[in-house]
Amino acid sequence: MAAAVKSKREGESAWAANWRDFRGAFTGLRRDETIAGYLFLLPNLIGFVIFMLFPILFACYIMLTDWSLAKDPQFVGLKNFDTMLNDRLFWKSLGNSFYYTFVAVPTGIFIAFWLALALNRKMRGIIFFRTVYFLPQITLTVAAATIWRWIYQPEIGMINHALELFGIDGPKWIHDTKWAMPSVIIMSNWQGIGFAMLILLAGLQGIPEEYYEAASIDGASGWQRLRFVTLPMLTPALFFVVVTSLIGAFQAFDQFYILTQGGPAHATTPLTLYIFQNAFTFFKMGYGAALAAVVFVIIFIITIIQWQLARRWVVGFEEGD
Amino acid sequence: MANVTKARDKFFGQRQVKLLVDLFTYVVLSVVGIIFIMPFAWMVSNSFKDIRGIYKYPPDFIPEVWQFGNYAEAWSATHFDAGFMNSVIVAATVILGQLLTSSLAGYAFARLRFPGRDKLFLLYISLMMVPFTVLMIPLYIQMRSFGWVSTLQAVILPFLVTPWGTFLMRQFMVTIPRELEDAARIDGCGFFRTYWLIILPLTKPALATLAIFTFVANWNSYLWPLIVLAKPKVKTMPLLLASFQNQSGMRTPWHLIMAAATFSVIPVIAAFVIGQKYYVRGIVTSGIKGGG
Repeated sequence: MAAAVKSKREGESAWAANWRDFRGAFTGLRRDETIAGYLFLLPNLIGFVIFMLFPILFACYIMLTDWSLAKDPQFVGLKNFDTMLNDRLFWKSLGNSFYYTFVAVPTGIFIAFWLALALNRKMRGIIFFRTVYFLPQITLTVAAATIWRWIYQPEIGMINHALELFGIDGPKWIHDTKWAMPSVIIMSNWQGIGFAMLILLAGLQGIPEEYYEAASIDGASGWQRLRFVTLPMLTPALFFVVVTSLIGAFQAFDQFYILTQGGPAHATTPLTLYIFQNAFTFFKMGYGAALAAVVFVIIFIITIIQWQLARRWVVGFEEGD
Repeated sequence: MANVTKARDKFFGQRQVKLLVDLFTYVVLSVVGIIFIMPFAWMVSNSFKDIRGIYKYPPDFIPEVWQFGNYAEAWSATHFDAGFMNSVIVAATVILGQLLTSSLAGYAFARLRFPGRDKLFLLYISLMMVPFTVLMIPLYIQMRSFGWVSTLQAVILPFLVTPWGTFLMRQFMVTIPRELEDAARIDGCGFFRTYWLIILPLTKPALATLAIFTFVANWNSYLWPLIVLAKPKVKTMPLLLASFQNQSGMRTPWHLIMAAATFSVIPVIAAFVIGQKYYVRGIVTSGIKGGG
C-alpha cells in the first residue's frame, strides 16, 4: 500500500481525510500559504460579502414584504407576486421588455455580422471604418440618447427633415405609441452594434486561412465559402454575442429613461424602468424587489435555453467545456 | 501544365472579382458609415451654434456663426465643473480599488492553496450572473441605513470589488510560468513581495484591460448614481447632462447641451485611443473564451 500515498489513508473515511487535510492547511509548511491566501482574498471578500452576497439574500427577504421605507417592513409572504398577476402595467412592461429584446438583438446581430464581414476584408483604410462603427459604443448612453431625442423631434428633428427632402412625411417617432419602441431600438442598435461587431470580427480573424484555400481548391464559390466555412467557424463567437446581448437588452435602462421616460402611454416602459419607478418613485420596495426577481428568473431561463440550443448549432460546443 | 494554367486563369479571375467586391464594400461601408457618424457629427456641429442657428429650419450642417463660448457657458452652468470633478474622483478611486482587490484575489485564486478556494471561486463566477436590477433595491436600502445617500462613497465603495475583474486576473495569472515565482520564493521572497515584484509586473496587460473597461463603464454609469445621488453638488457628469435638458424652461438650450455632451465624451475617446489594444483584447478574450 506504500505506493498509494494519497491524501486518503487506509481505513479512513472521506470526511476524516478532508478534516485532516483542512487541519494540515493550518499547521506545518502549508500554514503560511493558507494564511497568505486568506489575507490576499480578504479585501475582495469583504466587498463581495457586503455589497453582493448580502444584498442578494436581502433581496429575497424584501420581495416578501410591504416596505415604503417610511415605516418598518411588513411581512406579506407571496402577496407581491399575487399583485403582479393582476397588474396591467406589469404585463405591459414585461411585453415591452420582450418586444425590445427580441427585435433589437436579432436585428443588431444581423447588421453586425455583415459589417464584420465587410470590415474583415484586407483593404486600405479599413481601420478608419472600424473606428467609425465603434465610436458610438464608447459614447455615454446619456449623451447618445440626448442627441437622438433631439434628432427624433417631429418638427425640428434631423430625421424628419431628411425624410422631407425625399418628400416623405415622417412619423412622430418617440411621441407616437407605435413608433416609440422602434425609435429606441434604432438608437440602441446604433450605439450597441460596435460590441457585437468587434467580437464577430475577432471570430472571423481566428478562422485559419487554409480553410478558405482548401474550400477554393475544392471549387467552392464565394457564397459557399461563406455558408460552409465562415458561418460554422463563427458560431462560437455568435453564441457569445447572442447570450450577452440578450442579457444586456433585458436590463437596458438608460436609453428608455432619457429618450422616452417610458412613454407615450407606457409604450416604452420595460421591466427595468417599471422596477425603478416602483422602488424609487412610489417607494414600493417590496414590489420592486419582487419584479426584479422576475427579471432574474427570465434572464436565467433565457440563458439556460441558449446553452441547451447551443448543442445544436454551435460548432465544437461540447469540446470547449 | 493544364492544371497550372487553369489555376492561373482562376487566380486572375479572382483578382478582378476581389476588386469588384472591394469597390462594393467601400461604397456600402461609406454610406452606412455616414449614417453612423451623423448623430455624432451633428452633436459636435451643434455644440458650436448659437441659439438662433439651433432653431433654424431647415438646419445648417455647418454653423453660420461659430460660437466657441458654448463650452465655457455649459461648463459654468448647473455645477458642471463640479460634476466633472466628481466623475473623475469616482472613476479614479474605483479603478485603483478594483485593480488592487482583483489582482490580490486573482493571485490567491490562481496560485495559493488554502481550504475552500475552489468553492469560493465557483461562488464568484456564479454570482457574476446576477443582474444589477436585482441588487439595486437592497443596495439602496443598505446605503440609506449607512447614511450614505448623496455621498460619493455610495457610488464608490460598492464597486471596489468586481467578480468579473477577479475572474479576469485569475485567468491571466494562471498562465504565468510557475518557475519565475519559484525562483523568487527560493531566494526568500515572501508571498506579498512575490506578488508585488514578480506577478504584478507580468500582469500589466490584464490590468490595463480591467482599468480601461472599468473607466468606460464607470464614466458612463447612470442608473445607480441616479438612484443614490440626489443632491446637485455630488452629482456625476451623466446625471448633470440628463438633468440639463429637463430643467430649462421654454426653449431647450440644445447648443449648450450638445457642448456638454461633446465634452463628456472626450475623456472616453481619449482613453479608448490610448488603450484601444487592451480594450479590444478584453472584449475578445472574454468573448471567445467565454463562448466555450
